[in-house]
Amino acid sequence: MEFLTSFFSGPVPVEAYLAVSLIMFFAGVYGFLTRKSMLMILVSIELMLNAADINFVAFNRYLYPGQFEGFYFTLFTIAIAACETAVAIAIIINIYRNLTSVEVGNLDQMKE
Amino acid sequence: MQYTILILVLPLLSFIFLGLMDSKFKPKTAGLIGTIVLGIITALSYYTAFEYFTMYKVEGVYQKVIPFEMEWLRFTDLLSIKLGILIDAISVMMLVVISTVSFMVNLYSLSYMDGEKGFQRYYAFLSLFTFSMLGLVVATNIFQMYIFWELVGVSSFLLIGFYYSKPSAVAAAKKAFIVTRFADMFFLIGILVLSFYTKTFDFGVLTGENPIVFAAGAGATFMGFSVLSWAMALIFIGGAGKSAMFPLQIWLPDAMEGPTPVSALIHAATMVVAGVFLVARLFPVYYFQTPEVLHGIAYVGAFTALFAAVIACVQTDIKRVLAFSTISQIAFMMVALGVSGYEGHEGTGYMASMFHLFTHAMFKALLFLGAGSVIHAVHSNEMKDMGGLRKYMPITNWTFLIACLAIAGIPPFSGFFSKDEILAASFEFSPLIGWLMTFIAALTAFYMFRLYYNIFWGKDYAVKAAAHGHGHDDHGHGHTPHESPFAMAFPLVFLAAVTCVAGFIPFGEFVSATGADYHIHIDMKVAITSVVVALISISVATIMYRKPSTTPDKLAASFSGLFKAASNRFYIDEVYLFITRKIVFNSISRPIAWFDRHVIDATMDGFANTTQWVSIRIKSFQSGQIQQYAYVFLFGTLLIAALILIF
Amino acid sequence: MNFLSIFVLIPVLMMVGLFASNNRKQLLTVMTIGASLLMIMSATLTYMYLTERAAGNVAEMLFMADTVWYAPFNIHYSVGVDGISVAMLILSSIIVFTGVFASWKIDPLPKEFFLWFSLLSIGVYGFFITTDLFTMFMYYEIALIPMYLLIGIWGTGRKEYSAMKLTLMLMGGSALLLVGILGIYFSSGATTMNLLEIAKLHNIPVEMQRYFFPLTFMGFGVLGALFPFHTWSPDGHASAPTAVSMLHAGVLMKLGGYGAFRVAMYLMPEAAHEMAWIFLILTGISVVYGAFGAIHQTDLKYINAYSSVSHCGLVLFAILMMNETATTGAIMQMLSHGLMTALFFALIGMIYGRTHTRDIRLMGGLMKVLPFLGVSYVIAGMASLGLPSLSGFVAEMTIFVGSFQHTDTFHRVLTITAVSSIVITAVYILKVVGKIIFGPIQDKHHEELTDAVWYERVAVSVLIVAIFAMGSAPFWISSMIGESVIPVIGQLIK
Repeated sequence: MEFLTSFFSGPVPVEAYLAVSLIMFFAGVYGFLTRKSMLMILVSIELMLNAADINFVAFNRYLYPGQFEGFYFTLFTIAIAACETAVAIAIIINIYRNLTSVEVGNLDQMKE
Repeated sequence: MQYTILILVLPLLSFIFLGLMDSKFKPKTAGLIGTIVLGIITALSYYTAFEYFTMYKVEGVYQKVIPFEMEWLRFTDLLSIKLGILIDAISVMMLVVISTVSFMVNLYSLSYMDGEKGFQRYYAFLSLFTFSMLGLVVATNIFQMYIFWELVGVSSFLLIGFYYSKPSAVAAAKKAFIVTRFADMFFLIGILVLSFYTKTFDFGVLTGENPIVFAAGAGATFMGFSVLSWAMALIFIGGAGKSAMFPLQIWLPDAMEGPTPVSALIHAATMVVAGVFLVARLFPVYYFQTPEVLHGIAYVGAFTALFAAVIACVQTDIKRVLAFSTISQIAFMMVALGVSGYEGHEGTGYMASMFHLFTHAMFKALLFLGAGSVIHAVHSNEMKDMGGLRKYMPITNWTFLIACLAIAGIPPFSGFFSKDEILAASFEFSPLIGWLMTFIAALTAFYMFRLYYNIFWGKDYAVKAAAHGHGHDDHGHGHTPHESPFAMAFPLVFLAAVTCVAGFIPFGEFVSATGADYHIHIDMKVAITSVVVALISISVATIMYRKPSTTPDKLAASFSGLFKAASNRFYIDEVYLFITRKIVFNSISRPIAWFDRHVIDATMDGFANTTQWVSIRIKSFQSGQIQQYAYVFLFGTLLIAALILIF
Repeated sequence: MNFLSIFVLIPVLMMVGLFASNNRKQLLTVMTIGASLLMIMSATLTYMYLTERAAGNVAEMLFMADTVWYAPFNIHYSVGVDGISVAMLILSSIIVFTGVFASWKIDPLPKEFFLWFSLLSIGVYGFFITTDLFTMFMYYEIALIPMYLLIGIWGTGRKEYSAMKLTLMLMGGSALLLVGILGIYFSSGATTMNLLEIAKLHNIPVEMQRYFFPLTFMGFGVLGALFPFHTWSPDGHASAPTAVSMLHAGVLMKLGGYGAFRVAMYLMPEAAHEMAWIFLILTGISVVYGAFGAIHQTDLKYINAYSSVSHCGLVLFAILMMNETATTGAIMQMLSHGLMTALFFALIGMIYGRTHTRDIRLMGGLMKVLPFLGVSYVIAGMASLGLPSLSGFVAEMTIFVGSFQHTDTFHRVLTITAVSSIVITAVYILKVVGKIIFGPIQDKHHEELTDAVWYERVAVSVLIVAIFAMGSAPFWISSMIGESVIPVIGQLIK
């Protein structure tokens, strides 16, 4: 009981942030590996990126309080992720137009 | 004697000129050019002979003269090929023989080959052949001889294969060239061995008085014989190839596929005596350094003489009879050389051999040209298509008869004198060889008269033609055979005249092993024996063949085995065919070709195929499936992480 | 600029000219002028070389020049010629010249064909004039690459396969070669890759030589059709267009023999002595094996390719005999084989262009309809089987006499084996001549064939004249080569 009170009353420990980001990251990995739809794979990639962002922020907060590099970096990442998503979706749409499908398994024409 | 160079240069120029100007002239002009050039060469040769035999005798011995020599190709400091002209008794004698016969053949061909396609080509080849042969006999060193030896081989190939669209002629030409070249390979190896130990190619040094050059090779042996014996034996094999000694005689009968005047040229005077000339040229080396090889030559010669004479008795193609008779007579010359000694009376064999070469060249050319004349008249080579021709062709008949008497050894024709000397030399060497040669001489008389009677006597030509029912077919059997025109008859008469008188030439005074005079004296015992034996053989032939009779068939039937074997030339051709077709082509060449494609090339292809196979296998790693990559990546990362943690 | 560089410059200018020209006539003009210039230049060079030698210049190489090309790796562009290179340059010029005439009617893409052809010439000429190992290797590669396209695009039959096979095998050889060359350079302690300098230093350790000699020799040997690396030759030659076969068999295969002699033997004499026996056996096999292989073939080009294996085997064989006479013979054999095989391929190309077959079973009696080509084919055959007065004879005899100067049984047996090839050669040559040139006409369509036209006659006549010239007057070429061989042999005997 005491543990719980200290857990909720004291400052949030870094492990908590890490636990969240770990779950998010592996959810992303799992999604990336298992989903067939490219959109879902894209979502999974976003999950992994956001997990990394959380780590950035958390470590910045705990290791170098008062400095903002981690936050800035996160902002950059978010911006780049947005661009990347835009490009990726554009590609996916084009693929859909050509193949009428966004299944990743069908995309091996460039193999040979 | 600088002018002797012309003897070589003129026919070469004639060849080049006729060869390049092919079809620019009327055929007749080309023929005339060739014949006139040959005429000049003949005159030059006679003049050379005259000058040499009158002016180059020092203290009773004929000297060797080298009027011209140049270095052609240098091998090492000691060895180089020189081209030059060596004038001595035998080369002068050969010059006379070759140019005479060649001139006669040229003249004869003007009419015989008239209207043939490729008349100019024919004359160009004749010039080339004459050039090669003349170059061969005047060679100053063994390598020059080899060069011209090869040229003789190729010009014989061209001449035998003159009718190049006839497969049998092409096959015969190929056979002649390959068989002689096979022998030449041994010749070349022999030259290599000889020159390695003696450090010289030069005939002057090799056959000179001072045999110091042989000292280096004296001790060396290989498989029980001295290297010199090997060298000289190998060189002899080369000679045996050109001179058609057993077992290399197979090309000669087939070589009859060439035009008949060519047969006269190749078989009478020139190519086939090259081997004899070679042995004669190197005679001192054989005699002093390797007597065992010289004896071997005698035995090979004796066997060949017998072998060919037996076959000649049953052949039905008149040119083939003559071909086998040539082999047999050349073998006579070889035997004479083999049994010969060196100095004085011992040297009978050498002198006899050269003498026989000379007389044989004349009467054999006569026989071939006579046969050509007959073939020209009846358009066939087969005896069965002939008979009773004496009425239609008197000149041919008489000249042919003279030649037959000469080859049979009946005095006073030339063959008697030379053959008698050979027999005498053989008897001195060993009675066995002597009697064997006498027996062969008897066979010679028999088959020559069998030939003679079958052509000129026997059943009349017209009757035969009618009986065979080719009276009016396209082959021209219908017309009455007639005597040949002047250009063909003249050489016959000329050669017949030579044959009548050549025996009285004091040959020994000109040609002998040492260069000193040698006085021929006829050994009465041998002479009488041989003449009697020859007369008996002729009588037998007369009985059997003069009138149509059944005796020959009966004889053939009672000796059917021998008859059949001899008709098939003792199956030597089949043996060769077996060796080339079955062994060389099928058992060596085909497996090698197969091996190359299926083993060596397959190995090389195998490398390529393996590479490709591996690439196909590992290609699936690169599947294009992004998730598969991610799996591999993830597990790879985990693995590395685990490894780092563990170690 | 050095006189020798002209030999590389002319083909470069030819390429520029080709780029500028836009119809067949202009292309052919450019090529003819260029090739004639090359002929004139090589004649001039020969004259200059002989006068210089006659004037008593005994330097190993003449007309030397040296420029630093890439300083960090000590790569120089250095040139120089001796009698051997001069002989090879004459050969190359003759073949390039006749090759142009033999490809007069090349189709399609004549411009591209001649461009690659000129590039090939650059490689060949550069190889023979250079004395720097690296530049030599570079020119070697320049000569190889165009071959792939020339065969792959303008070839016949299984051209892609053959082109790929040829290129890969030769590239494999050059990979070995590169290792060998680098090994030589680094273990010699030399400051440049100049052949002469390395030879003069002569301090490659014997252990190193044992590694690098076989690599270098085999690297060049592949190009010289060394058994068992010869199988590119039948397929490659069979598929290549006429002029390319000529250039390849006539000159490019000579790069192998030349390099093996100039680089492998010259720079690593000790290992050459030690290992000669292995390669002697292989080359001895090549000689007989190629000849026997040729008997069984039915395709004219295959026959000639196998015959090349045999003849080029003789080149390497003679080089390995390591004495002056045999080596002189080897170089003469290169010349002779280059000329006669080029003649063969030219004639085969011309015959094929008419009959549309190269199968000897389907042809016959061509003498009657194609007298010029027929006679020329017979002459080529006679040269190949070593008829005196044609080039083959002098070369082969020099080799045989030279090889026979060794006294031990091993060399003797091999020499006699090699001598036996003259009979086998006669067999397959006469078989072909008897079948296709002589005999009755096989195919009645062949009766309408027409004989050679003028440009074909030019190509054939030039080659025949060269063969006759070399065969009838061998003394000057033999002495020119002979004295240039001495330094290398001196290195080997040391």
